[in-house]
Amino acid sequence: MTYQRPNFRHPNLPVNELGYTRKDYEGALSTLCAGCGHDSISAAIVQACFEMSIEPHKVAKLSGIGCSSKTPTYFLGNSHGFNSVHGRMPSVATGANLANREMIYVGVSGDGDTASIGMGQFTHAVRRNLNMMYVVENNGCYGLTKGQDSATADVGSASKKGEPNPFEPIDLASVALQLGATFVARSFSGDRAQLVPLIKAAISHRGFAFIDVISPCVTFNNNPASTKGYEHVRDHLAATGTVDFVPVKQEITTSYPEGESQEVTLHDGSVVHLQKADPELDINSRRSALRLIKDYKAKDQILTGLLFMDEDSRDLHEIIGTSNKPLRSLNESDLCPGQKVLDNLNESLR
Amino acid sequence: MKPTDVKDPEYFHKVVDCQYACPAHTPVPEYIRLIAAQRYTDAYMINWESNVFPGVLGRTCDRPCEPACRRSRIEEEPVAICRLKRVAADNKSNVADRLPAIPKEKNGKKIALLGGGPASLTVARDLMPLGYSIDLYDDQPAGGGFMRSQIPAFRLPEEVLNEEVNMILDMGVLTQFNTYVDSLKSILDKGYDAVFVGTGAPRGRDLDLPGRKEADDNIHIGIDWLSSVAFGHTSTVGKRVVVMGGGNTAMDCCRTARRLGGEDVKVVVRSPFDDMKASPWEKEDAMHEGIPILDNHVPQEFVVENGKLKGVVFEKVEAQYDDKGKRTLVPTGEDSVLIECDDVLMAIGQENAFPWIERDIGVEFGKWDMPVVNEVTFQSSNPKVFFGGDAAFGPENVITAVAHGHQAAISIDLFCRGESVDTRPAPGVNLVSQKMGIHEWSYDNAVEDDKRYIVPQAELKQTLSDRKLEVELGFDAQTAFREAQRCLNCDVQTVFAEDRCIECDACIDICPTDCLTFEVNDGEEEQIRQKLKMPANNLAQDLYVSEDLPTGRAMIKDENVCLHCGLCAERCPTAAWDMQKFYYSVTKAGK
Ligand SMILES: Cc1cc2nc3c(=O)[nH]c(=O)nc-3n(C[C@H](O)[C@H](O)[C@H](O)COP(=O)(O)OP(=O)(O)OC[C@H]3O[C@@H](n4cnc5c(N)ncnc54)[C@H](O)[C@@H]3O)c2cc1C
Ligand SMILES: Cc1ncc(C[n+]2csc(CCOP(=O)(O)OP(=O)(O)O)c2C)c(N)n1
Ligand code: SF4
Ligand code: SF4
Ligand code: SF4
Ligand SMILES: [Mg+2]
Repeated sequence: MTYQRPNFRHPNLPVNELGYTRKDYEGALSTLCAGCGHDSISAAIVQACFEMSIEPHKVAKLSGIGCSSKTPTYFLGNSHGFNSVHGRMPSVATGANLANREMIYVGVSGDGDTASIGMGQFTHAVRRNLNMMYVVENNGCYGLTKGQDSATADVGSASKKGEPNPFEPIDLASVALQLGATFVARSFSGDRAQLVPLIKAAISHRGFAFIDVISPCVTFNNNPASTKGYEHVRDHLAATGTVDFVPVKQEITTSYPEGESQEVTLHDGSVVHLQKADPELDINSRRSALRLIKDYKAKDQILTGLLFMDEDSRDLHEIIGTSNKPLRSLNESDLCPGQKVLDNLNESLR
Repeated sequence: MKPTDVKDPEYFHKVVDCQYACPAHTPVPEYIRLIAAQRYTDAYMINWESNVFPGVLGRTCDRPCEPACRRSRIEEEPVAICRLKRVAADNKSNVADRLPAIPKEKNGKKIALLGGGPASLTVARDLMPLGYSIDLYDDQPAGGGFMRSQIPAFRLPEEVLNEEVNMILDMGVLTQFNTYVDSLKSILDKGYDAVFVGTGAPRGRDLDLPGRKEADDNIHIGIDWLSSVAFGHTSTVGKRVVVMGGGNTAMDCCRTARRLGGEDVKVVVRSPFDDMKASPWEKEDAMHEGIPILDNHVPQEFVVENGKLKGVVFEKVEAQYDDKGKRTLVPTGEDSVLIECDDVLMAIGQENAFPWIERDIGVEFGKWDMPVVNEVTFQSSNPKVFFGGDAAFGPENVITAVAHGHQAAISIDLFCRGESVDTRPAPGVNLVSQKMGIHEWSYDNAVEDDKRYIVPQAELKQTLSDRKLEVELGFDAQTAFREAQRCLNCDVQTVFAEDRCIECDACIDICPTDCLTFEVNDGEEEQIRQKLKMPANNLAQDLYVSEDLPTGRAMIKDENVCLHCGLCAERCPTAAWDMQKFYYSVTKAGK
C-alpha cells in the first residue's frame, strides 16, 4: 500500500525561461478528497506560474482556514506561505504586502472563509486595492467542517444533507465590483483553458485581482440538487468570451475579429485579449459587469470569464505613497536620514 | 480516432512492453513480483511454462525484453529482467511435483525430432504431456544442441543445462544421440506421423584468403572449435590468438581462448565498435578479461612462414554512411598491419545447411537454399514436416527457438488430430481489479528511484584459470528484491469506464508523467497525438482513447511513460479509472 507521488516525470517536460519544469512549481501531494475541484485550481496555478516563468521565491501564498485554504501546501512548494486564521488572510496579506511590495501575493480562500467569517476583512482589502491575486474556491459549503451551507449557496440549492438552503446568496464577484475591485473574474475549476489565462492576468494586474472560482466539493455538495456540483455548473455555464493572455515579451500573433474583441493592456505591458461572446459586455465598465451578472443569473446561467478590469488601477502603495522599496532593504541612513533632513522637514511645516 | 477496443487482448498485451517483446511472451512482471515476494518456485514455473529453460535463459538470453522495458524510457536502464529470472532458477525448490503428468497410455502418434536443441526440446515438452511418442535424433553425445556445444560453461554451467534438458528428456523422450541424420527421406520412411526439423544453423563460415590452406593447422572455425572445447577434445590454444568477427560467437571464442592458455588474445573486427553484432554486455565482459577489440580492420591475408602461421594482415578502414544510412567500409590509406599470432579463430557467422534433405520429397526450398516455412504454423510444403529454431529462418537465439517450438507443437498436434493448422488458439487472458481498499492495492504501486543493480562476478584470476567456473555470481536475495522493485508492473493496466467519469480533472492533474488528457477527438491519430498535454511522439506506443464524454471530449491516454503507479485510480472519486492486472498467456498445444 502506497500513496505517494513517484519522482519520475515525463522525460520531455518543457522548461521555461528560468530552466524550470512544471515539477519545480508543484507542492506536496494533496490530501483533499479525490476529485475535489480545489485540486484543479492548484494545478491551474502551477501551470500559470510555470508558463509565466515566475521565480518561485518571489511568491507568497496566503490563506485562511478550510479545504481551499489548505491548498497552498499543494502548489508552489518552493515559495513562501502563510496559512493564517479563519477569515483573516486579508490582514496578513495587507501586512506582508506593505512590508514588501516586490513579492507576488497569491491569496487563496474559500466561500466560508471569505463570505462568512472573513467578510469584513475581505471588503477592506478590496476597497484598498491591495496588490494581490485573491482566489475564492467557491463550493457553496464549508467543506472542511463537513459541508454546512455557506453564504454563497443559492436559494433552494441542497447539499448532500438534502435540506434546501433558505437564504439569499452573497455573490462575491458583485460585492467585489461594488467595493471597487480593479480586476474581477469568475471561472470554474473544470475549465482549465479559461482559468489559466485568468490567473496569469490576475497575477500581472497591479491592484486587487479577484477570481471567484466555482469549485465543486465532491464529497458534500456534488449531488443533483446542488447548484455547485459538476453537472449543474457544466449545464449552466456561460462565458464572457475566450481569454488570451499575451505576456510582454511575446508578440500578438492571433488576429481577432473587429468589434467582437476587446484588448486590455496591463501595467507590466502584457495584454489580455478577450474575444467577446456577448456584445453587451464592456470590460472597462463596472456597471456593465454588474448588470450582465444579474442578467445571466436571471436566465439561470453562471457567467464566467473576465468581467471587469481597470487599466488605470492604482494600488494601495501608490494611493498612500509608501516607500518604493521593500522595508527590509531600508538601511540605517534611509530610516534616519540625519539632522539636516529633519530640519528641512520641520521647516516645511512651519 | 476510433475509441480503443480494450477487449482485444493484444491492446493490453502491448502495454506490457517486456512480455510483448519476448518471443515466447513470458509474463515478466508477474514473475518479477513473485521474486520480490521470495516465491521463487512460483516465479520459476511461470517462466518454465513460457520459456522452458529459465535457468539457461536467466544466464544467456539475448534479452529482447530489456531494450523494450518501459523503465528505460523514464530513466537510463531497464529492469535487469534476465538476471532476475536466474534468481528464480537458483533459489527454486524441487519442482518435480509441478511438472505435467505424462500419460502412461500413449495416443498412438509418433513424432521424430531432428536435432536436440531448444526448439526440438520445446516441441517435446509440449507434446509429451499429450501422449505423443517422441524420438529425438542428434549428432552430439548429449541433448541441448548449441546450448551445450556452443555456449561456454563459464556462462552456463553444465549442471544448470542438464537439469533443464533432463526435465524434458525424462518425460520419456527416446533419444538417439551420436546419430547424424543423413536422409530426411529415411526418417519419413519410418512412418512418423510428423517430423520436426530443429537442426539449427550448424555450419560456420570460412574466409578464403591467401594463405588459408597453408595455415590450416592453426586456423579454426569458431563454432567447431567451441564445441570441440565443450566436449573436451580441445584443451589448449596458442599464447597469441586472433579472433576474427564481432558477434557473440567471437566473444565466446576469445574468452574461451583466454581460459585455454591464450595470453595475448585480440578480437579483430571489420566494422566500427558500435556496429558490432555482439551484445554490449558480452563486449564489456570480454574487455574486462583483458581482451582488446580492434575495430575497422579488414583481413587481407594469412601470413605463413616456414610452413606455419605467422599472423594475419589487416587493412585499416573507416565506415562511411550514405543518406540512407547504408554503410561502406572505405580504406583509410594507412599501411596494412600484420598482427602476429599462433592461432586464428574464425567467428564470422553461421549458415544453415541441409545436405541431408532430399529435394524430391516435397520439402520445397527457396531463397538462399532455405526451406519454405510458414511463419505462423512452421509447416513446410510437405505437410508432415515442420521446421523451427535456427533451422527455420536462420540463426537467432534460444528464446526464439523456444517460441518456434511452442507454435510448431500446436501445429503438429492439430495436424495429427486432422485439424487445420491455420486455426490458431486464442491466448489465455485474465483482467482483475487490484483494488483492496482506500490507498490499498494488491500490488506494490510505489515507484522506486533505484538505478539498475550490477550482477557481481567471481574474481578474474579464478575465472580465467578454470574454463568451467561461472563468471557471474547472480544477485543475492536482497539485491534481487531491490532490482525487482524497479519493475513498474506494466501488466497492472489502467482501465477506464467512461460512464463513471465526471470529468473533474483529478487524474489528469495527479498523473506524474502527464499521460492523460481530455481532448476533443476530432482528428486523425497524428493530430490527436500532438494535441495532448505532452505530445505523444513515441509512435511505437499506443493511445488509449475513450468514447466521448458528456462535455464532448474523450479521455486520451498515451501509454508511453505510464508508471502504473495507480494514482489516477487513487484520485478518481468515482473509480472511473481502475488498476486491473492483465494476465496474458500464449496458449500451448492441446489447450
Ligand atoms: C557461440 C554461440 C554462442 C551462443 N550464445 C547464445 C546465447 O548466449 N544466448 C542465446 O540465446 N543464443 C545463443 N546462441 C544461439 C543459440 O545457441 C541458437 O540460436 C539456438 O541454440 C538454436 O536452437 P535450435 O533448437 O534451433 O538448434 P541448435 O541449438 O543449434 O541445435 C541443433 C542440434 O541439431 C544437431 N544437428 C544438426 N544437424 C543434424 C543432423 N543432420 N542430424 C542430427 N543432428 C543434427 C546439432 O548438432 C545441434 O545439436 C549462440 C550461438 C553460438 C554459435
Ligand atoms: C475561528 C474559526 N471559526 C470556525 C472554524 C471552523 N471552520 C473551519 S473551516 C470552516 C469553513 C470553511 O469553509 P470554506 O472557507 O468554504 O472552505 P472549504 O472547506 O469549503 O474549501 C469553518 C467554519 C475555524 N477553523 N476557526
Ligand atoms: S470536503 Fe469537499 S472541499 Fe473538502 S477536500 Fe473534500 S471535496 Fe474538497
Ligand atoms: S518495468 Fe517491469 S513490466 Fe514494465 S517493461 Fe520493464 S520489466 Fe516489464
Ligand atoms: S498509473 Fe495513472 S497516474 Fe500513474 S502514470 Fe499511469 S496514467 Fe499516470
Ligand atoms: Mg467552501
